Amino acid sequence: MAVLAHERTSTFASPRRFAFGRWVLKGAAALALGFILTPLLLITWLAFFRQEIPSFPPEGYSLQWFAAVPVNKPFVNGFILSFQVGITATIIGLALAVPASLAIARRRFTGRGFASSLLLMPLIVPGVVLGASIYVFQIEAEIATGLPLLGTTLGLIAAHALIVIPWTSRLVTASLAGFDPVIEEAAKNLGAAPWTTFRRVTLPAIRPGIVAGALFGFVTSFGNLEMSLFLVGAGRTTLPIAILQYLEWKIDPTVAAVSVLQILLIGIAMVVTDRFVKIANVV
Amino acid sequence: MARVELIDLSKRYGDHAAVAGVTLDIADGEFLVLLGPSGCGKTTTLRMIAGLIEPSSGAARIGDADVTYLPPWRRNTGMVFQSYALFPHMTVAENVAFGLEMRKLATPEIEIRAREALRLVRLEAYASRLPRQLSGGQQQRVALARALAIRPDVLLLDEPLSNLDAKLREEVRIEIRELQRQLGLTTIMVTHDQEEALTVADRLVVMADGEIRQIGTQRDLYERPADRFVAGFVGRSTFLDGRVTTPGQFETAGGLTLKCADGAPGTAALLLRPERLHLGPANGMDNAMPGRVEFVSYLGAVLELHVRLSPADRVVVQLPNRGGAAPGVGDDVTVAWHRDAGMVFAQKPN
Repeated sequence: MAVLAHERTSTFASPRRFAFGRWVLKGAAALALGFILTPLLLITWLAFFRQEIPSFPPEGYSLQWFAAVPVNKPFVNGFILSFQVGITATIIGLALAVPASLAIARRRFTGRGFASSLLLMPLIVPGVVLGASIYVFQIEAEIATGLPLLGTTLGLIAAHALIVIPWTSRLVTASLAGFDPVIEEAAKNLGAAPWTTFRRVTLPAIRPGIVAGALFGFVTSFGNLEMSLFLVGAGRTTLPIAILQYLEWKIDPTVAAVSVLQILLIGIAMVVTDRFVKIANVV
Repeated sequence: MARVELIDLSKRYGDHAAVAGVTLDIADGEFLVLLGPSGCGKTTTLRMIAGLIEPSSGAARIGDADVTYLPPWRRNTGMVFQSYALFPHMTVAENVAFGLEMRKLATPEIEIRAREALRLVRLEAYASRLPRQLSGGQQQRVALARALAIRPDVLLLDEPLSNLDAKLREEVRIEIRELQRQLGLTTIMVTHDQEEALTVADRLVVMADGEIRQIGTQRDLYERPADRFVAGFVGRSTFLDGRVTTPGQFETAGGLTLKCADGAPGTAALLLRPERLHLGPANGMDNAMPGRVEFVSYLGAVLELHVRLSPADRVVVQLPNRGGAAPGVGDDVTVAWHRDAGMVFAQKPN
């Protein structure tokens, strides 16, 4: 077979042309990779510059900007808030997305296509629009109910849950697509009631989708700037907003150092999760 | 182990009846096969026994209990699915132990019974493997062990061999049959493969269009098929269309006059089994028709000759392959048979 396949390729394309095509492909891939990595590499490089005003070539290298991060109150508080909001929003996003995905993947009901699109909607609406409309909604809701919503952590979490949902629902749905419902029937046949079947059979099978969805959802929430700008209360900002505010007054490499720490954190989270579930199998 | 009774069991989807009034009585320890083409309702019937589909009407009993509307997890049936449906994230041992865990048995008891079930299918050495590390045949046996471990009242097999290659299929079906006998397990198997059905069954049920066409042993179905459908589905056969002129006499569409066993006058089809036809002179047989060989299948143990008797009539003749010369395409031959070899089926006016 292998011999045959080889002969066939050499009949249609000369080895030289074949090699040329391969180099073009490799070149394009390298270009794309460079395009993605350049900002990351530059920001990382910048974080180690010694001088306060970034200029090339660097005057020397130092770790002082990393040392400046933990003592910068807005950054630390912003990190804590972003982390809390991200985790809570992700949990809410999962709690909503798993049942929704199960229904969409398994049942045939009217409005199924609409429900499926609705779950993706927050991904399509621009962040500024989303932020502005939620802001208006929260004002109206506060007036109508008298409950404090605007500028509260709770209001922020609710909004973030919205942008987490497309990720969790999409990835859970994807992992459900590869899962044979007959396996659930087998569990029932062996004596497992529906909830036990879900817990022991369905949940472990869709775990990669849940983990990947949670990870992407969390990263989306953690990095969100545009929507959060509308919703944070006075004196309590998320990390991206804290970075933006810092940049209004200073352009020293502390911001670069914060970014590097963020990238590291997310990178570690991905590597660790990948040890338990192969995310590449789902995404 | 228990007797299974189905009483006028039906499943309708809108106007369409997937199963239309099936009544069956399966004895304790019996191996019953539901046989029929795809879409005949056999799998739906099996799934209603398992409780995976709720019947529209009728009743199902397992042992002394009415299970008609009992959810699957409250019944004690062991099912082997066509796709095996093993739990992909559990080891072989965990798969087999699952049903025992659901029955809340003590851990040592679970271990003993899971190991015993794996020993039955000769897979003890694979207990700690994951399903994806096993071959199709091994996965099939894990599915069987998982169903057997719970000591089900009835074992349900849904096309259990259809994903195995031909050679393995023959081995496994004999293995299943021996195991079933050894355990005295009431078993219901669904298949569309008649050879498989004939090999394992105590009794067979031929289904078509959601209805039972005939219930009987292999011999009943082959020698006394209830209708043309059953005759065509079980065993090889040639049908000649025509009509019965007077009892005992059949006139084919091609104008041949043949002697047949019985049958009321009217439009009918004459069934001829290929192995009941002979080549050569009449030799005291009731029918002897000249014809020309049009096609020969060399099947190893037997040869099949397609012989044209008239412009509208062609029959298949099966010859044992005893070596030596056989007629070839274009040869003129005489096909002879006893009148008892043919079966007449009155044609329903459509």
